[in-house]
Amino acid sequence: MAIPILQSLFDGILMGGVYALAALGVSLIFGVMKITNFAHGALITVGMFVTYELYAALHVNPYVSLPIVIAFMFALGFVIQRVTINPIINAPSHNQLLLTQGLSIVLENLLLVMFTANYKSITLKGFDQAINIGGIAINKPKLIAFGIVVAASFFVYILLNRTDTGHAISATSVQREGATLMGIRVERINAIAFGIGVACAGVAGTLLAPMQYISPTVGEGFQLKCFIIAVFGGLGNIWGAVAAGLIIGVVESMASLALGGSWSEMVIYLIFILVLLFKPTGLFGRKTR
Amino acid sequence: MLSVEDLYVNYGTLRIIQGVSMKIEDGEMISLVGSNGAGKTTLLKTISGLKKPESGKILLDGEDISALSPDRIVARGLVQIPEGRKLFPQMTVQENLELGSYLKEAKKKRKETLAYVYEMLPDLKKKAAMPAGSLSGGQQQMVAIGRGLMACPKILIFDEPSIGLSPLLTDIMFEIIRKIKDSGTTVMLVEQNVQNALKMADRGYVLEQGRIAMEGRAADLLENEELKKSYLGI
Repeated sequence: MAIPILQSLFDGILMGGVYALAALGVSLIFGVMKITNFAHGALITVGMFVTYELYAALHVNPYVSLPIVIAFMFALGFVIQRVTINPIINAPSHNQLLLTQGLSIVLENLLLVMFTANYKSITLKGFDQAINIGGIAINKPKLIAFGIVVAASFFVYILLNRTDTGHAISATSVQREGATLMGIRVERINAIAFGIGVACAGVAGTLLAPMQYISPTVGEGFQLKCFIIAVFGGLGNIWGAVAAGLIIGVVESMASLALGGSWSEMVIYLIFILVLLFKPTGLFGRKTR
Repeated sequence: MLSVEDLYVNYGTLRIIQGVSMKIEDGEMISLVGSNGAGKTTLLKTISGLKKPESGKILLDGEDISALSPDRIVARGLVQIPEGRKLFPQMTVQENLELGSYLKEAKKKRKETLAYVYEMLPDLKKKAAMPAGSLSGGQQQMVAIGRGLMACPKILIFDEPSIGLSPLLTDIMFEIIRKIKDSGTTVMLVEQNVQNALKMADRGYVLEQGRIAMEGRAADLLENEELKKSYLGI
């Protein structure tokens, strides 16, 4: 009795970590630009395909490919922000929603053209057996993913709180004019923040790649989850998103254990609706101004 | 140091600044006074590069800066301390100050400038680790001044620094501005508090409906009957 619950708790936390990292990106972007990135799921998929291509064509181990993925995704995010997001930065939010949603469709179809709709997968030798600890089976890619998530979150924390660029990002998110008058180039900071957010999506994609089938539309499921988690944690509150990611991971896996797999998604959305009804600023959200 | 030549600035279709010309010499302190809505803030936004003028020039050390981006203008030593302070409230006092020296040249001197700022504004040192948003209005104004100083300005522009401050705090703050001027920094003070602002300055400009209505030595302006009537209520 206790073992399945513990098993499910572990699975939930490990998976929740990946959600947390992806949602951290959504929340960071929202915090700085007040834009919800509905292309985040598609960007996770892009991260998966970059990882897959490096693995399939050059036999690069997914975990080794991480630095390449991070650099590529950061650059991609930076350029996307400059070219598409920046022109609509002060537009009404429904226009911004349509733009990022459109971006998501373009990315998905681009992947479809380049890589076809065929499912792909990465099989890593020695990674398919689970580690057994006291009757709890721990999936190796999930465990590694969790470790990398912790490291990546720590890295983002240092970046945001201990560097001038990070301080400039926080400054821009709360006080644009004050930041501008200190010589901070707000447009550049926005592009950097978007790049960091997209890099988070990319890392999540790399970490997910060895765990599941890869196809151009696989990010859709993550898109909504990331958004829900970011709202749950309080949009713009990136550590709230991390906590909410872990919670959603556990809820999903517990619901799946108790009610069956097909119910777990519904439980998440149910919680989402409840959060919107009773605490719309999220679990850790501050009062809206 | 700074000269504004025949500047016109629009806000949408409204013409806010209508042919303003003014000049600030090296090491001088001038006050720009005028009532609410005279166009003071628009003029300052244009000088700092936040708004682009329709026509006219803004010369800093002889070079036209009116087309430059705000960061380039800050890098050339023109720094504005904005109205309402515009601090980063969730960040600590020290982090706020450090961001004042965000640009390359100022960053090189960050340590020394920080020591200088703490010496000039000793209260800030005690509050260094507190979130700027938790401070009182007067202390926040000091942080804003300190943050401006961190950029190593050649010319420092104050936009309504006394707004919302008690008379006692206003005096303290004006005293700090005087110290900054005495240390060799050129100062442009924009104020609704006409009497205090003119008392401190070398020269003054009076802005009315987007035009310079009066200008001259600050002491003379304070004696001007018209100005006394409209702004000092005497």
